[in-house]
Amino acid sequence: MTATTPASETEALPDKGAKKRDIEIIRVKDYTTEVVTDSGEGAQKCSQIFASVSAKSGNGVWSVEIIPAEIQPPARTPASASGNRIRIATEAVTNWGDSANLVMAFNEQVLLARHRMDALAEDAVILIEDMWKNHDDPDIRKEWEEAMEEMSHRSYQFVLVPMEEECLKIVENPRKGKNMFALGILAWIYSRDLAKIREIIAELFKRKSKEIYDNNVALLDLGYKWADENLDFKIDIPTIESEVPRVVMNGNQAIGFGAIAAGMELCSMYPITPATSASHHLGDIIEKFGGIVHQAEDEIAAVGVAIGASFAGKVAFTITSGPGLALKTEFIGLAIMTEMPLVVVDVQRGGPATGLPTKVEQGDLLASIFGQPGDAPHVVFAPATMEECFLCMTTARRIAEAFRCVVMVLTDANLATGQQPFPRPDLKSEWMAAPPDLMAVPEGTLPYDWDSQLGLSQRVIPGQPGGMHVVTGLSHDENSKIGYSPEVHERGCQMRARKMAVFQQTLKRPEVHGDDSGDLLVVGWGSTWGAIEEAVDRARDDGLKVSSLQLRFLSPLEPGLKDIFSKFKKVMTVEISYSDDPNDPFITDENRRRGQLSWLLRAQTLVDVDCWTRVPGQPLRPMNILQAIRDHMPNGVKK
Amino acid sequence: MTECSLLGCGQDEDQYYSIQDYEGGIPRWCPGCGDLAVLTAVEKLLEAEQLAPEKTVFVSGIGCSSRFPHYLKTYGFHGLHGRALPVATGVKLRRPDLHVFAVMGDGDCCSIGAAHWIHTTRYNTNIVALLLDNGVYGLTKNQTSPTSPEGYPSNTQPRGAVLRPMNPIATTLGVTNASFVAQTGDWIPDHLYETISAGFRHKGFAFIRILQRCPQYTTPLFDEAVRNPDLVEFMVHPNGIPMNGLEQIYKHQIPHDPSDLDNGRRLAEPDGRFRLGLFYHNDSIPCLEEVRQQPLRTAEEKIELLNAELDRYAV
Ligand SMILES: Cc1ncc(C[n+]2csc(CCOP(=O)(O)OP(=O)(O)O)c2C)c(N)n1
Ligand code: SF4
Ligand SMILES: [Mg+2]
Repeated sequence: MTATTPASETEALPDKGAKKRDIEIIRVKDYTTEVVTDSGEGAQKCSQIFASVSAKSGNGVWSVEIIPAEIQPPARTPASASGNRIRIATEAVTNWGDSANLVMAFNEQVLLARHRMDALAEDAVILIEDMWKNHDDPDIRKEWEEAMEEMSHRSYQFVLVPMEEECLKIVENPRKGKNMFALGILAWIYSRDLAKIREIIAELFKRKSKEIYDNNVALLDLGYKWADENLDFKIDIPTIESEVPRVVMNGNQAIGFGAIAAGMELCSMYPITPATSASHHLGDIIEKFGGIVHQAEDEIAAVGVAIGASFAGKVAFTITSGPGLALKTEFIGLAIMTEMPLVVVDVQRGGPATGLPTKVEQGDLLASIFGQPGDAPHVVFAPATMEECFLCMTTARRIAEAFRCVVMVLTDANLATGQQPFPRPDLKSEWMAAPPDLMAVPEGTLPYDWDSQLGLSQRVIPGQPGGMHVVTGLSHDENSKIGYSPEVHERGCQMRARKMAVFQQTLKRPEVHGDDSGDLLVVGWGSTWGAIEEAVDRARDDGLKVSSLQLRFLSPLEPGLKDIFSKFKKVMTVEISYSDDPNDPFITDENRRRGQLSWLLRAQTLVDVDCWTRVPGQPLRPMNILQAIRDHMPNGVKK
Repeated sequence: MTECSLLGCGQDEDQYYSIQDYEGGIPRWCPGCGDLAVLTAVEKLLEAEQLAPEKTVFVSGIGCSSRFPHYLKTYGFHGLHGRALPVATGVKLRRPDLHVFAVMGDGDCCSIGAAHWIHTTRYNTNIVALLLDNGVYGLTKNQTSPTSPEGYPSNTQPRGAVLRPMNPIATTLGVTNASFVAQTGDWIPDHLYETISAGFRHKGFAFIRILQRCPQYTTPLFDEAVRNPDLVEFMVHPNGIPMNGLEQIYKHQIPHDPSDLDNGRRLAEPDGRFRLGLFYHNDSIPCLEEVRQQPLRTAEEKIELLNAELDRYAV
């Protein structure tokens, strides 16, 4: 989807007592809005509602949170910028796009943060709180002037909005209310249905008092009215009627719902951003479904509890982020060794160590595949959209049970907090785990009666007479007896590996986006899917022979890769993980540390896979990927 | 596949289980190892209570003591060093119908697994936890443990343990929701059996520290006490652990009402003798699996409920 030149028209608004104005209607197919405030001023809530109502109005939407690392960073500083980018389009949106066309800023410092990030379009419309401009404090006035000066080389169009002054009409502390006023303005600009917004507010504040709800709605109406009386433009993003019913949610909510749809009754976790919100969401609803969220004393216990439940016949999952994944490593190895079905969700953030706690990165790929000491074959896969976040939980549970294995699902902060509408899943009872079967098994039934060809074996659980056995993390034979001979260990390793090979054979050859052959193939995984395909589409429009491939299964890898790669002059990964730039000092082809996916693909295919990677703590932008594509086209072809 | 309810499935009313029905592999502990005595007491309990082997789960960590489940013919989970309790909690949370025991060593429970020990005490999951405390790391060949006596020479502290040992009983008694805290010795089989049996009948987390002889490394620890009953003192009370005639041999007795937490804490402090019996017992503290229990739902009910939830996210 390429940005279209706005088609403008004007319409005269009916006289509302104020002077009659001409309202310019800007008709666009793809438009990006940002709301930025000091942390704690409610930008998230305002944006969530705006994204949600936009999706409900029938637009394609993708929203991404802009999150500071601290809960209360110093106000009126660029570090405090908190908010949301909401990209809205006529058709489906798959990524956060390039730059913002319209910004709602609560002060000039947070706006400056976005400006410095190069997040704003050259001609962005900026609605900004005006109280700082003529503030009593001369330092603040000076900061305002300096900020404006710094941004003056761009053609931003500023609209001053008396947010504080207006909000004071309704609340004593506008810091806790401006967000709804701002939402009212956005609702007017984008012609959103106020009744729908009120419904969403009622839902969000259902645990709060009536007074709080009333105030929020009054502020919303006030913002709408202010815009109606003072603004002279509206944005119209036409909608296409969806043929199927849709839902809108973020990736963590989708994971939570997906877990319930998969019949999982236990989410065992320890709080860590950006995974936690999935458990908040689940904690809210799972008990109705007969399940619980168990907040354990640490990540080790969290995975241990999930494994205990699984041993007892109930498939459970644990959800975490990088530092928690590191702590779970030993237990994940144990689950692999004992062939205990287990689903581990890793919502990736920047690492290593505490890294970028709130921000996106795809840096856990190799750790999740190879993190366990010893040979520890298991499944790792990555959803690329909110819909896949929902559906992947059923897939994960089924694989875990059928292959008695560990399945790791890698999402990231981008998917976790972004909202996107998708077709409403048609729930099926066969997605749910069957109740444990406690029928007796013949005396002497082996706990690992491995099929030598397939490595698969039947699972026997406590409560089944005749099946008593002791699972152990020590190397063991098919009777789960500790092995003291070399043969026992070799056979165990072989069986656990073989079932993964069998699993790999069930995977489909991935589809190439674009032509099956050409000059450059871009390979990505996970949440970068939308941005990569958008960049590739633009490149193809420009006549470049580029295609792309988005991998879902990372371990084992999807089949046919070597063959697919052979049809292109060059293969390159695009990832949000660190790699050395070949032009950096001391970097040679020999010592270059490459992106994690390219590392994996090179090892597995022996193809000289190049990479372009960035770790900005933000999703990649299509325009940057497009530039990278041009820069990496093989020599002698059109760039 | 036939569906059956979690409770009472596949059980034969007339079945009688003898000790042999519970016996697993041949124990590979050193001759004279106290772990054997614990195994004997546990087998006796299983028979006395006629626990269906398929409904009984022994979870352990890693260590000599953690080999325990292998020597029984119940279900067992021989997991990771220090991590028996989270696994046991997971089993009990989702399958309250199962009888769950956790067997740990002192390194297991009091060092690497200390966080789980404290928190499982507070969860008060209905589990019998047996701490087989030999005051040393046995399996890894004689390293100092948190309960090694000060001055005990080991391979890691050859000139003697440099710190005073920690007190697992006092520690457990300090944790919110502690509900059953007892101490016994492997060399007093009757008391050992009665203590485990009381722990089994307790509803909640039964923490039992068993002073365990390790003839391989820490013989001096309990050797004298084994020979000289004067070095042992029993807490006695009608609600405590029955003495069954042991009072003839063990002259040192101190009355203690196990519902008296303050006095239990006082008695947990060392004063020259090994003090055995029930320090604290409170049956009224809810268990985690009770607090968290939810009504079971059929797949159809779940779909209906989930559709209602999804309505709120409908576009
Ligand atoms: C994570 C981890 N660290 C260390 C070990 C090595 N290790 C095995 S058993 C053990 C200590 C055993 O002592 P204890 O728990 O007191 O049991 P005992 O052998 O005395 O019964 C250690 C350190 C391990 N298996 N796993
Ligand atoms: S080393 Fe000690 S604890 Fe371990 S088996 Fe031998 S006697 Fe028992
Ligand atoms: Mg020990």
